[in-house]
Amino acid sequence: MSFVTRGFGGRSRDRDERLPPGQTLVHDFPVLSAGPTPEVDTAEWAFSIITEAGTHKWTWDEFNALPAEDIATDIHCVTHWSKLGTSWRGVSLDTLFENVESQFDYVMAHSYGGYTTNVPLDELLNGQSWVATEFDGEPLDPEHGGPARLLVPHLYFWKSAKWVRSLVMMPRDDPGFWEQNGYHIHGDPWQEERYW
Amino acid sequence: MQHLDGNALAGALAEFFSFDVTTAVARCNGCGAIDEFARALVFTSPAGTVVRCPSCDHVLATLVESDDRAWLGFSGVSAIEVRRG
Amino acid sequence: MIGRLTVPRSGWHPATVAANTPETGSAARLELDVEGWPGNAAGQHLDVRLTAPDGYTATRSYSIASSGPATGDVTRVVLAVDRVPDGEVSPFLVDVAMAGDRLEVHGPLGAFFVWQPQPAGAAEPAADAGVDATVRPVQLIAGGSGVVPFVAMAQAHADADDATPFRLLYSVRTPADVFFAAEFERLVAASAPFRLDLVYTREAPAGWPTPPARITREALAEAVLPASDVPLIYVCGSTGFVERVAAWLIELGHDARSIRTERFGGT
Repeated sequence: MSFVTRGFGGRSRDRDERLPPGQTLVHDFPVLSAGPTPEVDTAEWAFSIITEAGTHKWTWDEFNALPAEDIATDIHCVTHWSKLGTSWRGVSLDTLFENVESQFDYVMAHSYGGYTTNVPLDELLNGQSWVATEFDGEPLDPEHGGPARLLVPHLYFWKSAKWVRSLVMMPRDDPGFWEQNGYHIHGDPWQEERYW
Repeated sequence: MQHLDGNALAGALAEFFSFDVTTAVARCNGCGAIDEFARALVFTSPAGTVVRCPSCDHVLATLVESDDRAWLGFSGVSAIEVRRG
Repeated sequence: MIGRLTVPRSGWHPATVAANTPETGSAARLELDVEGWPGNAAGQHLDVRLTAPDGYTATRSYSIASSGPATGDVTRVVLAVDRVPDGEVSPFLVDVAMAGDRLEVHGPLGAFFVWQPQPAGAAEPAADAGVDATVRPVQLIAGGSGVVPFVAMAQAHADADDATPFRLLYSVRTPADVFFAAEFERLVAASAPFRLDLVYTREAPAGWPTPPARITREALAEAVLPASDVPLIYVCGSTGFVERVAAWLIELGHDARSIRTERFGGT
């Protein structure tokens, strides 16, 4: 039955050749949420990498003593918006995994508040991802995932888990929260891997 | 954006069910609370809708929609009760 | 009463705007002629879908201020829409939509947040009527545009000349923000028992006994029916308003199951 509503223009959206298919450029930074925003005190915050052999853990102070990098990157959300040249600061997963050994090839990221998302380990290493604590030169806002979020810009942004607290090694590519509920197990924006 | 409650699910889920979802009753797998869906907390975003138990915050259900498909997840409830007649 | 409740089957219907008139400085009363509308119970809502020329759609829910059975192939359905700053749909409905415009609506929706008068001639409430077999008084609590479903409920109550005691506690910013003011005056004067308590949060009318202030737990306790009356309570407004009020009601001794809430979002 759908008919066009007189006088309703919707939102104007810019297309750009630098974008993956189906994406539109935005200049704000939309906030999408699946629940209440966790409020995590850095005094209680910890980040862990958990393998079959044991746990590597950093407190906020220990984490901030690690070598950090400035990152300039494009980000792509499955809901069709993209931002080009965003600036972040964080610790590379290569640094965090330096002394970590595991037989397993897959990672489940766990967040404060219960969110999960899965990523193959070889897509987190070799300069492909960070745990970020700053955006645009400022400490990361809680509504954008602060104190720290995973940043995996080559995949759709639901993989960049906000409020990240641990990475758990796993033998299979088990689906995280959105992957269980309709989203693609991998999430490559250039292949438009949005849904099952 | 502030969360809503299960009343907000009525339109979105009418496409999939012949019964009114807001008065359907479910048991939360997290804490065992039994309540109408209208009482659940509903977080909507363009990425999807997440329905949470008002007592313990456990995810009861999810709804993801694309142009031509939709995914309904009910992982957090054991069963749904609907009145007959 | 709440008991076995049947509401009409929902569906998508084309609608024509019959009238768009200012209700308050930020809200409009929108009267729609809806084709194939099956009627609706008091408290139900509908979804309005707007479609842009490029196919983009935006859908939002609005409570219905009217209720009753269908009146033929086309039924008049009344909405009151508050303009949300930077909103996608409400500014269009309030400022752009005009008589003759065509919209799509989906409804009637929702059987939870509904009040229906006792069936005429019913000797007793239905067997599954809930906590108490006698008819329970009704307490409505509205924040701002949350009053819209209660306009429908109070009107249905009056139209049925229902004897259930009805109270509405209605919080608004200023006197100019009262929705359906003339209708409420008539409802207070009608024979079905209806009491209206207004709370002004920013600016009160000249001579008002209390200075403007947000509702407090104490003011709530004074205005609403006591827990000992075991009222059926409906609360509607922004999420913050609803959750604040519902928490106080529990503290004041009301059973959580006696309270039905509908959140509009916002702050």
